[in-house]
Amino acid sequence: MKSIFILLVIAVVSFGCKKKKDEVQPTPTVTAELKKAVVENYASIVYASYQDAYTRAKEMKQKAQTFLDTPSDANFKVVKDAWLASRVPYELTEAYRFYGGPIDDDNGPEPFLNAWPMDEAFVDYVDGKASVGIINDAATYPVIDKDLLTSLNTSAGETNISAGYHVIEFLLWGQDLYTDSPGKRPYTDYVTGAGGTAANQGRRGQYLMSALDLLVDDLSYLVDAWKPNASNNYRSSFVANSENSLKLIFTGMGKFAKGELAGERMTVAYESQDQEDEHSCFSDNTDNDIKLGQNSIYNVYIGKYTRIDGSVIDGSGIDDLVKVQHADLNTAMIAALDAATSATTAIQAPFDQEITDGNPGGRSRVLTAINAIKAEADKLVEVATSLGISLVI
Amino acid sequence: MHKRFNKGRFLFVIGLFFLNTVLFTQCRKKQEEEKPQIIEEHEELSGGDATTFDASLNAFGNFAPNLGEEDKFVVGNSFFRNNWVIAPSSTTARDGIGPLFNSYSCSGCHSDDGRGKPPLSATEDLSSMIIRLSLPGTGIHGAPIPVPNYGDQLSNKAIPGVIIEGKVQVTYTEEAGYYDDGTQYSLRVPHYTFYNLGYGAMPANFLFSPRVAPQLPGLGLLEAVDEGTILSFADPSDANGDGISGKPNYVWDAKQQKNVMGRFGWKANQPSVRQQTAAAFQGDMGITSGLFPEDNFNGTQVSLYDTLPNGGNPEISGETFENVAYYSATLAVPARRNWKEPQVLLGKQVFTEAQCSSCHIPSMKTGANATIAGFSNQKIRPYTDLLLHNMGAGLADGRPDFLANGQEWRTPPLWGIGLLKTVNGHTFLLHDGRARNFEEAILWHGGEAEKAKNYFKKLKKEDRDALIKFLQSL
Repeated sequence: MKSIFILLVIAVVSFGCKKKKDEVQPTPTVTAELKKAVVENYASIVYASYQDAYTRAKEMKQKAQTFLDTPSDANFKVVKDAWLASRVPYELTEAYRFYGGPIDDDNGPEPFLNAWPMDEAFVDYVDGKASVGIINDAATYPVIDKDLLTSLNTSAGETNISAGYHVIEFLLWGQDLYTDSPGKRPYTDYVTGAGGTAANQGRRGQYLMSALDLLVDDLSYLVDAWKPNASNNYRSSFVANSENSLKLIFTGMGKFAKGELAGERMTVAYESQDQEDEHSCFSDNTDNDIKLGQNSIYNVYIGKYTRIDGSVIDGSGIDDLVKVQHADLNTAMIAALDAATSATTAIQAPFDQEITDGNPGGRSRVLTAINAIKAEADKLVEVATSLGISLVI
Repeated sequence: MHKRFNKGRFLFVIGLFFLNTVLFTQCRKKQEEEKPQIIEEHEELSGGDATTFDASLNAFGNFAPNLGEEDKFVVGNSFFRNNWVIAPSSTTARDGIGPLFNSYSCSGCHSDDGRGKPPLSATEDLSSMIIRLSLPGTGIHGAPIPVPNYGDQLSNKAIPGVIIEGKVQVTYTEEAGYYDDGTQYSLRVPHYTFYNLGYGAMPANFLFSPRVAPQLPGLGLLEAVDEGTILSFADPSDANGDGISGKPNYVWDAKQQKNVMGRFGWKANQPSVRQQTAAAFQGDMGITSGLFPEDNFNGTQVSLYDTLPNGGNPEISGETFENVAYYSATLAVPARRNWKEPQVLLGKQVFTEAQCSSCHIPSMKTGANATIAGFSNQKIRPYTDLLLHNMGAGLADGRPDFLANGQEWRTPPLWGIGLLKTVNGHTFLLHDGRARNFEEAILWHGGEAEKAKNYFKKLKKEDRDALIKFLQSL
């Protein structure tokens, strides 16, 4: 009998609640299915973009081998073009960082892939120091291979940077000591015997190939972590827990936008006005890094990614979640994304010339882009909040 | 079934409501009688308006939310976090590491703006911990006397072509102890062996002091506390007879060119965040600055390395230095978690009853005219008095540092300490990281804190656990 009364109490209480709710218009709900679809589609895009980065890295490695077999200025340029091409899919993965996923959890390869700034003199000769660097120190480092670079990167504590895209960039372009051009390393730095420049050309070639080996390995590791239909990889748990994964997706976008892209990569250069305080300083490719970084945020939001072969993955994005209950907010978010995209697109190459004091037009373009990306990040926080996600960026 | 209104049932239901309310109230009352802890208003706001509610891995890395424009912070963060590189380099703003140094970056030791740790094995090199060196006695301005050829800090890294000063191996022996209830515990006693010394043997009488990198949140707030407030905590002659003295350190201020109150570092040997930052750039990374324009060379090193390329004079530009100092001063303090939980409140009470709070002063107000305006008039909860205390022979490094003698240490702030595990993945505590957790850190307390430690040892397990829970909530 007593239990009936308790039930009644509960019924009365919950009836009261319900009634109150019924007074407002029924709102469509964001279903668990939709959330799952968004997370699944995100995982598919992450997988495809790491696959593309892996493909481009392998191509670069092949071209580097061809160059080393038959060194020429033309073949050297082919490798440099391959490096520039390899940056496109990789930069489109930047919004997958900052939530402790495969790229940057405790075992993540991010520090080996994209670390910056690199210690030029730790790797090869620099201006005025012809015999420095691992390449020129056969006594300490008799063999240059992937294992050596791995051990240098993983010795206790934080270390010097001896691998990754920017090391390869340095090995291809050389130091950028010039206001009006990227680095000017001659291809003959890799010519053994007659016509060769700098010392240890053979070891330099070994270093280049070892760094490429490691790059390909690290990207392959990321591809495996996001491979579909695997029973025990990161993706399998990521898609199984869509509620939490949504928060991670937002964290990646937001932190990359505000702290890394607008902050670390642009504000720092803008404020310090140091010409080479830019990420792809040897090749002067920083403007593309910025534009592609912005695109990576956009891609995640709308759940769409165009692959290097031209095919398109286009599934449920964050926008589809937001539209359900907050169509206006979604429109505002898209507007913020568009504003950031057009502001970053307006930045002219080379980036190091855009930030100098003598270029008020360039500085204004960079500042506009910084502010647009910050606004985009703030809007992302608002959007996350509307979905019940508390986002600290 | 319940469609028809039933007056009897209705009354019963109403009665049930009242009964519930009465029972609930009584329950609560009883609880309060047993555990009369109070929740203070805004107790969770450890850093006042400069508190962050981020309890994630990045909990120590947030800009104080009340300061507005964060560009200086963002730029400072970049130069704090990223590696410095060997000169000459394309990235001219960031070159000049070494030639002798301990870390490639600030974040190399203060990982995620957090705390360093001792090596995890006897074969591991020091990576977020340094060894200070000196000879007995007092040098210029009251500073320690540097060791010939080595200076006041051992550089265990060097750029290629330069000889490191040396390495140190850390080993431990376990020492058993017992709580009054018979429960056994074990403390590890560290031992240090110097090897690979690059510039000759150390003098027989040299002194050394191992120090892990402390976490950074709240430094600017501590700087904003008026000197008078800190002096009000001091009792150098123990006039009140509680066995706890507390004295300020007075240390050399390179900018003001006089001795002033020290606040930062394990022995309060740095007067300001700016000087602490410049000293770390010079001593830990070999980066010269406007405040300390000389490389950290000593004795024979001068002639050996003075001609090596540097990263400019100074290596860190004035503006960049100011940004890093600003960054270091403006990291927000994490808010408390679970501060309303009964067990945490009980722990807080134990903390007071054990007189931990006599030195780990729970709260104070910052001054009215802080250099960083937003840090003025803040009620903060740092759990420190910023004063030196004799901590007994067990913790002594035997190395004086200005007015701090070989047994004295500054009370370290405890705010944010509950997040060490989250941010840095470890709970190594004390100046050399010998304590593996809160419990061991408490048990190492001696000297003026001997009584507090013995109080802790007498407690029943439930109360000891509550105290730890409280510390974890900070």
